[in-house]
Amino acid sequence: MNQKRTNPIIVIVLTLFSLACLIPFWLVFMISVADENWVTAHGYSFWPGKFSLVAYQYLIEDAEKILRAYGVSALVTVIGVVVSLFVTSAMAYALSRKEFPLRGALSFYILITMLFSGGLLPWYLVYTRFLHVQDTLVALIIPGLIGGFNVIIMRTFFTNSIPPSLIDSSQIDGAGEFRTYFSIILPLSLPVMATIGLFTTVSYWNDWFTSLVFIQNEKLFSLQYLLTKTLMNASFLQTIANKAYSSTAQVTTPLESIRMAMAMIAIGPLVLVFPFLQKYFVRGLTVGAVKG
Amino acid sequence: MASEKAFITQPGISQPNTKWRHLWKYRALIVLAMPGILLMLINNYLPMFGIFLAFKDLNYTDGIWDSKWIGLDNFKFLFASNDAWLIIKNTLLYNISFLLINTILAVMLALLLNEVKNKFASKFFQSTVILPNFISMVIVGYIVYGFLNPELGFANKFILEPFGIDPKNWYAEAQHWPYILTIVNTWKNVGYAAVVYLAAIVGIDSEYYEAAVIDGASRWKQMTKITIPLIAPIIIIMTLLAIGRIFNADFGLFYQATMASGMIKETTEVIDTYVYSALMVTGDTGLASSAGLLQSVVGFTLVVTVNLIVRKFSRENALF
Repeated sequence: MNQKRTNPIIVIVLTLFSLACLIPFWLVFMISVADENWVTAHGYSFWPGKFSLVAYQYLIEDAEKILRAYGVSALVTVIGVVVSLFVTSAMAYALSRKEFPLRGALSFYILITMLFSGGLLPWYLVYTRFLHVQDTLVALIIPGLIGGFNVIIMRTFFTNSIPPSLIDSSQIDGAGEFRTYFSIILPLSLPVMATIGLFTTVSYWNDWFTSLVFIQNEKLFSLQYLLTKTLMNASFLQTIANKAYSSTAQVTTPLESIRMAMAMIAIGPLVLVFPFLQKYFVRGLTVGAVKG
Repeated sequence: MASEKAFITQPGISQPNTKWRHLWKYRALIVLAMPGILLMLINNYLPMFGIFLAFKDLNYTDGIWDSKWIGLDNFKFLFASNDAWLIIKNTLLYNISFLLINTILAVMLALLLNEVKNKFASKFFQSTVILPNFISMVIVGYIVYGFLNPELGFANKFILEPFGIDPKNWYAEAQHWPYILTIVNTWKNVGYAAVVYLAAIVGIDSEYYEAAVIDGASRWKQMTKITIPLIAPIIIIMTLLAIGRIFNADFGLFYQATMASGMIKETTEVIDTYVYSALMVTGDTGLASSAGLLQSVVGFTLVVTVNLIVRKFSRENALF
């Protein structure tokens, strides 16, 4: 309180820390705009001697694959987030009602899912041999729809910030449970919905694991999975480059820059919306840190 | 007839009948919870019942139910191969060092962030340190590749070469990876943890500090005597959660950052990557299911035990 100015040493340390968080992105960006010949001669650098946008040109030539992957990711994310918010909040609402007779049993049911898991193989078999949803978008959506932790966070929010008398009075006025839920609970829960919605959005958008396990069909590759393939598999990168090659006059295919340009295209939207979402994200961390 | 019916239902069945009628009153809530219940059944409970697969010789021609029971053979095979010890050792050592380094750095970072007086600067620093947590592990894999690509990577070309050190073939030399993976994990996760701790610090009642200032406490004293003790509970909870997951490695980190390179398995194979490759690459369901079950059982035991210990000391901080 006695000094309004921040200690300069602290500022220096934090600046270094922030730079360490940002610089790696800068490296990826610089590789993506570097001239391929320069890179082959000198290596990846934070400031390549020669710039070139050919990599992006290649990607535009063969935009179909990337656009499709964008579409898959966007579709899965939108459906996933909307359904997930509904399912999670509906369950949390039931849990938050003190007089609900199944409350204890339901809490236990949720707790068990947070403590014990069957492991990858049985999980894989349920989706592939029992539900037979491999190679469909359903397999990408269902696994992320509900998480015990999110239900608990929402339940805590409902119990703490919605007075029981409000529910009572609406029911005296003749509103049923559905009506109470849709027209009283949901409108009052925007903060927690925004927070959980944001977490779910990021996890659907960043998900590549479910694709790795369930998806073979190239048409259903999500953006992150397409990126995984291009990183791990040199021939996969080559096919993307080759397809565009016929229509471009370049002699050397800028494979390395194309790879990094793809990464940039995937990071792009996230970094653009990040400043707007950051507020909710930080608040969400706080909510998440409070025990239910 | 009607009176007879009433006679039968009244005394005998009235007990469960009221119970059902009681539940019937809440049918709307049950309907609301039902989608969640069903999804958890599919995603969590059905796989749990699948743990018996660890005791079967699963083959798809006979089907899951009709495959042969083989007792503990899958486990015997797993432990006989030496893989078991390697993956357990790697998983534990990585998680323990991640936990220690992350907690210490995150608390320090949170304390530093809390000292920033300028609102704009504070927001800027928070945003940048948390940014890595926002991006997918796939992108992290690209970044690591940018630094470590054996021919063109920044590390070889601009760090090792100028010092006259021979370039290293990173994706083929196992000994570097404990350091690389620790750095990558810290980079990705420390900002998130720091912001959680910062939120806890901000929530501390300012009266404590005002009183301390009157008593002449320095900033350092305030930090060690007020801030750290008051955020200790949240540190304990975060640590507890991490200990419960000590047998679960971050699959994304170990798969993407290493580019799933087979040559460095000695230091990068963890239970999760092992189960994945047993199942999806080699198709060895016996190894996949036994290692998976081992992981789940140890994980469960750890959470429950650690929680019991914490409950002994302070009920408040226990998870359940």
